[in-house]
Amino acid sequence: MSRSSRSRAWVIARADLAQLRQSRDFWMPMLVLAAMFFVVIPGLLLLLLTSISNVETAEQLGQVVDTIGGEVSESAEAASTEPGTQAAYALAVYLVAPLAIIIPLTVSTAVGSNTIIGERERGTGEFLAHSPATEREIFFGKLIASLLPGYLTAIIGFALYSLVVNVIVGSKIGRWFFPTPTWWAFFVCVLPPFIALGLAIILNISARVSSAAAAQQASSLVTLPLILIAYSITGGALSTTAWASVILGALGWVIAIFALRKGVSAVRRERLLGLGS
Amino acid sequence: MASTLAPVSSSRVTTRPTVELRGVRRSFGDLVAVDDLSLTLEQGQITVLLGPNGAGKTTIVRVITGALPADRGTVTVFGLDPCGADGEAVRGRTGVVPARPALYDRLDGRRNLRYAAELFGVADDEIDDRVAEAAARFGIADALGQRVGGYSTGMKARLALARAVLHDPELLLLDEPTAGLDPESVRAVLGLIDEMAEGGKAVLMCTHLLMEAEGLADDIVVIDHGRTLVAGSPAELTRQYWTSPSVLIDATDRLALDQVADLTYVRSYERNGAAIVELDEAEHVADVVDELVRAGVRILRVEPHTPTLEELYFAIRRGAE
Repeated sequence: MSRSSRSRAWVIARADLAQLRQSRDFWMPMLVLAAMFFVVIPGLLLLLLTSISNVETAEQLGQVVDTIGGEVSESAEAASTEPGTQAAYALAVYLVAPLAIIIPLTVSTAVGSNTIIGERERGTGEFLAHSPATEREIFFGKLIASLLPGYLTAIIGFALYSLVVNVIVGSKIGRWFFPTPTWWAFFVCVLPPFIALGLAIILNISARVSSAAAAQQASSLVTLPLILIAYSITGGALSTTAWASVILGALGWVIAIFALRKGVSAVRRERLLGLGS
Repeated sequence: MASTLAPVSSSRVTTRPTVELRGVRRSFGDLVAVDDLSLTLEQGQITVLLGPNGAGKTTIVRVITGALPADRGTVTVFGLDPCGADGEAVRGRTGVVPARPALYDRLDGRRNLRYAAELFGVADDEIDDRVAEAAARFGIADALGQRVGGYSTGMKARLALARAVLHDPELLLLDEPTAGLDPESVRAVLGLIDEMAEGGKAVLMCTHLLMEAEGLADDIVVIDHGRTLVAGSPAELTRQYWTSPSVLIDATDRLALDQVADLTYVRSYERNGAAIVELDEAEHVADVVDELVRAGVRILRVEPHTPTLEELYFAIRRGAE
């Protein structure tokens, strides 16, 4: 893209983000959801587990961690000798964190699925269709406007999550341990391309369907594979080395770029006008 | 009827047409929205596209900006192809007021205008001045800080107009720009259209409201079912469709005027207040007056009648049928 194209895409993105800021009915539920997944639920669970004083319950928890086996048991047992702390460690690293991935994805897909079809439904697509912005600029403007809230949620959310985990469980272990090296590799290498890939598919759908509801339904299917990948990597089902994440991330970018190219071709002025889907 | 007539140039016309459509066809499935349509818009000229709802007016606007490609025919705007690589340049020099205002309801008026200014490439250091100027011109300066969702229909229409002229377009396309507006706003819109044309812009106004095109149009194109029924300046169309002389007659007793309806040289008679009498020859005006005087009617006024656009429009429609 040329400099003026980048600038026009950014203008479109800024206008979308400004509308998002004004849409309290959209971001308030998202904020509550994020607070629940990143702070409230993990905080309560970890506090509960690390404060168990009953010997029998603690032994049962230790058995549960043993039963899981593999990398989960090994790393939990390496972190602490206390069964409650071991369970808290396993929960923080292997169960709640992959589940929290759903939040930035949900934010990005919710914005993305509505962004192009929304212009059409509100009638503002007519303004864009008559504007000098190219289809490519419109697509990338919408992409940026969908990506930024997702990335921002991921950064802030996991920063808060790390704080909660390290304060509650780290104080018992004697060190701050989250994000683990596997999680760092996942955040840096895998999450960005897969959010971009998911959004490329969702924007493609948003440009083609005839209603926002249809786009949202289709987009919910896109989030599922990424959650599975998160569980597989962090749970050790996929190779946990940093290189594996780098390779998976690179593969993700290749597919994302292909999907982005397809997405650009889905944006057509006549679709913005509400004709053809 | 295939369109062969292009609007005839008026006194304001300069050289190369700003817009030239030749034999354009555009359909949506089985529905033919525009068929074999030819149209020319000139700099400094107001062309009024008249037609009932569903006649194809909006499709023509969209074809001109390149938002919709034509299935057939050629479309040239500023000498460029709006659907090809030149589309960006064409749209950057064009202002459009769509039939629906197409505004961002969650943003305030200022943000809507700024967005358009940035998208249409207005220089950063000029944006604030242009926004303030356009808002003042359309009487919405005080409402710029409010969310557009709370605007009245009239305010939204004014904001859409302000947005269309922010970047000082050379071509202005207005699709039913006065729909839902109060009389004051209508006057402001029509004033702007005239002002734009005076400033050398080419203006196309689509409407089905004949009153507002009255006295404004340099050229009129009447369309129906996507086809041009007729095109030309109001004077030419009047000559073409109003071949017989007409007089307006008013009297103290208007009912008494009805007796002239049956005279052999009276071609048509209509009384709505004063009477409009169409004659086969101009010399029969004296005969009509003589008949009325002899019948004891006190005549207040007799004057040549120039047909209104509405009368012209219906005459054209009758001719087409």
